[in-house]
Amino acid sequence: MSTASVPLPNWITYGLMPFLNLVVAFLISGAVVWFIGESPLDAVTLLLQGALGNGEGIGFTLYYATNFIFTGLSVAVAYHAGLFNIGSEGQAYVGGLGAALASLALDHYVPWYVTMPFAVIGAAIFGAAWALIPAWLQAKRGSHIVITTIMFNFIGAAMMVYLLVHVLIVPGKMAPETRVFLEGGQLPKLDWLIAMFGGKIGAAPFNASFLIALFMCVAVWILIWRTKLGYEIRTLGASPTAAVYAGIPYVKTVIITMLISGGLAGMMALNPVLGASARLQVEFVGGAGFVGIAVSLMGRSHPIGIVLAAILFGVLYQGGDALSFDMPKITRDMIVVIQGLVILFAGALEYLFRPAIVRVWQRFGKA
Amino acid sequence: MSSTPTAAPAIELIGIDKKFGAVHANKNINLTVAKGSIHGIIGENGAGKSTLMSILYGFYHADGGSIRINGKDTVIHDSQAAISAGIGMVHQHFMLVENFSVLENVILGVEGGALLGRGVSEARSALKRLEADYGLEVDPDAIIEELPVGLQQRVEILKALYRGAEILILDEPTGVLTPAEADHLFKILGVLRDQGKTIVLITHKLREIMAITDTVSVMRRGEMVATRKTQETTVEELAELMVGRRVLLRVEKGPAAPSDVVLSVRNLTVKDGRGVTMVDNVSFDVRAGEVVGIAGVAGNGQSELLEAITGIRKPASGEILMHGQPVTGFDSARLRQLGLGHIPEDRHHMGLVLGFEESENSILGYHRDVRYGRGPMLDLDACREDAKDKIEKYDIRPPNCRLKTANFSGGNQQKIVVAREIERDPALLVVGQPTRGVDIGAIEFIHRRLIAMRDAGKAVLLVSVELDEIRSLSDRILVMFAGRVVGEKTPDTGEQTLGLMMAGIAA
Amino acid sequence: MENLDLISILGSTIRLSIPLIFTALAGLFTERAGVFDIGLEGKMLFSAFAAAVAAFMTGSPWLGLLSGITVSVLISLIHGFASITNRGNQIVSGVAINFLASGLTAVLGQAWFSQGGRTPPLAVSARFTEIIFPYAAELRDTGFLGRFYANVISGHNILTYLAFIAVPASWWVLYRTRFGLRLRAVGENPGAVDTAGISVTWLRYRATICAGILCGCAGTYLSIAQSAGFVKDMSAGKGYIALAALIFAKWRPVPVMLACLLFGFLDAFANFMQGKNVPGIGEVPVQIFQALPYVLTCVLLAGFIGVARPPKAGGVPYVKER
Repeated sequence: MSTASVPLPNWITYGLMPFLNLVVAFLISGAVVWFIGESPLDAVTLLLQGALGNGEGIGFTLYYATNFIFTGLSVAVAYHAGLFNIGSEGQAYVGGLGAALASLALDHYVPWYVTMPFAVIGAAIFGAAWALIPAWLQAKRGSHIVITTIMFNFIGAAMMVYLLVHVLIVPGKMAPETRVFLEGGQLPKLDWLIAMFGGKIGAAPFNASFLIALFMCVAVWILIWRTKLGYEIRTLGASPTAAVYAGIPYVKTVIITMLISGGLAGMMALNPVLGASARLQVEFVGGAGFVGIAVSLMGRSHPIGIVLAAILFGVLYQGGDALSFDMPKITRDMIVVIQGLVILFAGALEYLFRPAIVRVWQRFGKA
Repeated sequence: MSSTPTAAPAIELIGIDKKFGAVHANKNINLTVAKGSIHGIIGENGAGKSTLMSILYGFYHADGGSIRINGKDTVIHDSQAAISAGIGMVHQHFMLVENFSVLENVILGVEGGALLGRGVSEARSALKRLEADYGLEVDPDAIIEELPVGLQQRVEILKALYRGAEILILDEPTGVLTPAEADHLFKILGVLRDQGKTIVLITHKLREIMAITDTVSVMRRGEMVATRKTQETTVEELAELMVGRRVLLRVEKGPAAPSDVVLSVRNLTVKDGRGVTMVDNVSFDVRAGEVVGIAGVAGNGQSELLEAITGIRKPASGEILMHGQPVTGFDSARLRQLGLGHIPEDRHHMGLVLGFEESENSILGYHRDVRYGRGPMLDLDACREDAKDKIEKYDIRPPNCRLKTANFSGGNQQKIVVAREIERDPALLVVGQPTRGVDIGAIEFIHRRLIAMRDAGKAVLLVSVELDEIRSLSDRILVMFAGRVVGEKTPDTGEQTLGLMMAGIAA
Repeated sequence: MENLDLISILGSTIRLSIPLIFTALAGLFTERAGVFDIGLEGKMLFSAFAAAVAAFMTGSPWLGLLSGITVSVLISLIHGFASITNRGNQIVSGVAINFLASGLTAVLGQAWFSQGGRTPPLAVSARFTEIIFPYAAELRDTGFLGRFYANVISGHNILTYLAFIAVPASWWVLYRTRFGLRLRAVGENPGAVDTAGISVTWLRYRATICAGILCGCAGTYLSIAQSAGFVKDMSAGKGYIALAALIFAKWRPVPVMLACLLFGFLDAFANFMQGKNVPGIGEVPVQIFQALPYVLTCVLLAGFIGVARPPKAGGVPYVKER
């Protein structure tokens, strides 16, 4: 009897299997660590200590997590409609432009809390705009959105570098970046939040965009599961034929979904640009768009799962940094390896263990 | 010309049994086909014909029974084994590579060597010979997607012959052919038979059976019901065997009182995705207060007709009117607003989203209505209350609106769809295969509901391959064959007559 | 513009196109068989690393090439396992491979050589070096054709010439062998292949192995022919440009070569134009040339320059119909 058609209860599909995938990914990573000649257990300890051991570590962890929450939400929203948005990297990059323009325009004149909504809107609009053309191409011309969004990542990078080198650069300076924003164009640090739990934020750039990210989690949740548009998005993703039956317009839904997805990715820029470095720099996204894919897959496209997965990857990033300090043989790149393994197992090989699990479940679970 | 009585039969199927989960597709089938003959297998859709032939061709494995080819026990575990045993299949949906040439498609799998040099030129001459021998001319270098469907089918046949098939299975071959092309095909089959090939023809069209076959078997509901020499039987007998008798679920109903025309279809022509005309110049009306049933074997255009009327597929030409207003080409959302309700043929892929909760499916297609939420928001409580109402009214089990729809039985799933569409009180209800895969209790329930709609003055258009259902529910019956309405009958018309019409024999 | 500049641009074009040609041909094999491969970038990187390490350890560029190919084939098999056997999402699998490549090569590089993720510089004997054609030195100063012969045709390493041979070789395999016919069929209609009694799975695996071999050559070229060792992330997006070239060329071998040369030319031209002024416009930003391959591909995908018709069964795992 084929195991593929046996339904499994929710807690297995959304809890046990992702957990197993994670465990396997870590086991393999541990093997790599051991292969290089270090102790996996020591490595894990150092990693966890570095990420969660003190206030500064937690601050950094949550700072990274903020990036991944935004990009994870972005990928997830598109995924609900059955679309694979690989372009959140580029959309975040271009979103940074929108955020920076708001700060550059207003930081001399108003305090941060006035600039903030404009920056948010600017980031979202620019990010959405960068998703518009691939969306339109998919909806109207059937061009595969995976390819077009990958292409637009590169086009976006080229465009942003040009702007930073030739247009936005501070006259007389060498570095391809804008001028530093004044306080009116920055987002405040959340040192008080860390202090509430008895820690000190230290140098961690953990800032208010984290709260914006959490807010967007709620907003996305409401959108997908409590609005009519969200219903249509989910129907389109679950069954395109049922969507036609139900009179859900394909073109409109695809475009709106991608605009929202692009906007969320764009908002990611608030964290590094306004919250950390207080200027727009080259390559500030640093791969967060791709991590967002992993986060969305692991979190099964649900905001709660995304937050948890984002924190997990934040732990990996910060812990990895700390780890490479104490174990020079293990560089930051180890985190990229773990990331790759997680994506491989959570995404492509997610049903690898399914037949075995089904058999165990059929034996013992029915009791 | 038939084989001598002492030669081993080309095909013997002994006790073939096959189940797909709960569906018993083939029940202990016995079949013998003599060498050098054309044998027809007739039956409605779902009778099990295609499954049986797929087993013979190695696509499926039988759960029980055995196969003998030319008197020898043969195990056919995959297509390769079938080909080695001399069996070739011409599929209903062609297995051709569209951007390859005819020659490339023919040699795929039997290229005659790792390099395509000499093998191809030899194949070309062999192909030309085959084409001449059997009258299957087609340009070897033509690209498949540029050929008309009739010629594409020739390529399928050539593929089988090229591999040395002595036994040819053709699955509903004339569905995509014009009558002239079909006649030409029959000539070719005759030539093949006269040269000693054995042919199995799967069809639901009685005309073809009578025209070309030497012997014929009738399948119904997974069973082999009868086998006859074609010359010794009549269309009437075959029709009766095909549609059969079974316990009738007659619904109690009073006479109909039809009033105004609600749906008007005028000269409607609909083409499928490949450009083949599936609905050919069809016209009819449906009035308020009546049930119009469209009878016919699946694949004669009913699905495309429904798709055109319900806004899922744009017709190629013709008009559709609701309440006298033209609605041709409107999408399903607009049609719903104008009072259309649609219980689709395919509840799994169209009528429901199986991954959704029951309450979410309960609003599918109507989710924009204010009663389910003001503005852009969805009021889950309102949706669930509404769903619970319907669950109670329609006795949907288990009565849990939060349960994933995939966990409901077929009958209850269908009740979810039926409840949703009927409770909107549509002026026109279009229904396709309402009781497919549904248990007896639910069937009765759904039938009574449909009659209630009719008695409440609604217009009901019913499409079903179950002749009993059509006869039980309809006030008028239209029979569709090959995309046309071939006749209109009253529900007390005999099964045999209807069966003949459904199989293409004019009334 | 002086002739010398054109010659040197053309020479650059060839050098920059080689990894693209190999990789795009690799993608050609898998995509024609119906398997999407976003992981070309990762395979190139993995093989570049493996080749550099092997060449360093053994001093032999040929062992480097062997190592690069072997590793690339292994990774292809993983991708195949995930997408063919396990019917997983082919795009996700490709993205995962790219991450793994970027991270693992740097980690191992750092662990083994402690030079910040790179391998130690290779001696000349451990690399593929220039092959000078006969009379090149004599012809160098004899006019445009002579310079062309000396600088553009002669003087490349063997992998370069191999790449140009790979193009007609690929054409020959795809269109003149049984394997190629079946491969092209399985990307269009796997059902037709299945009913002809041919294993769809094995065919697709073989396609990914071919891709692995070609990507291996690409990566090896990067680290031990074009450069003198592996540097972190040295593939620098070339895998994606190769993908763009493949689509731009509509999945056919000779156009693929031309598209790669075109994109290579844009790259070379961009480098050349840096710092130079065009009368009336001023300095042309290099980013325009960098973005051009991607823009062209999108324009093609939109159907504005002819129709890009991908293999019909691309990206969809094959499941027997019920």
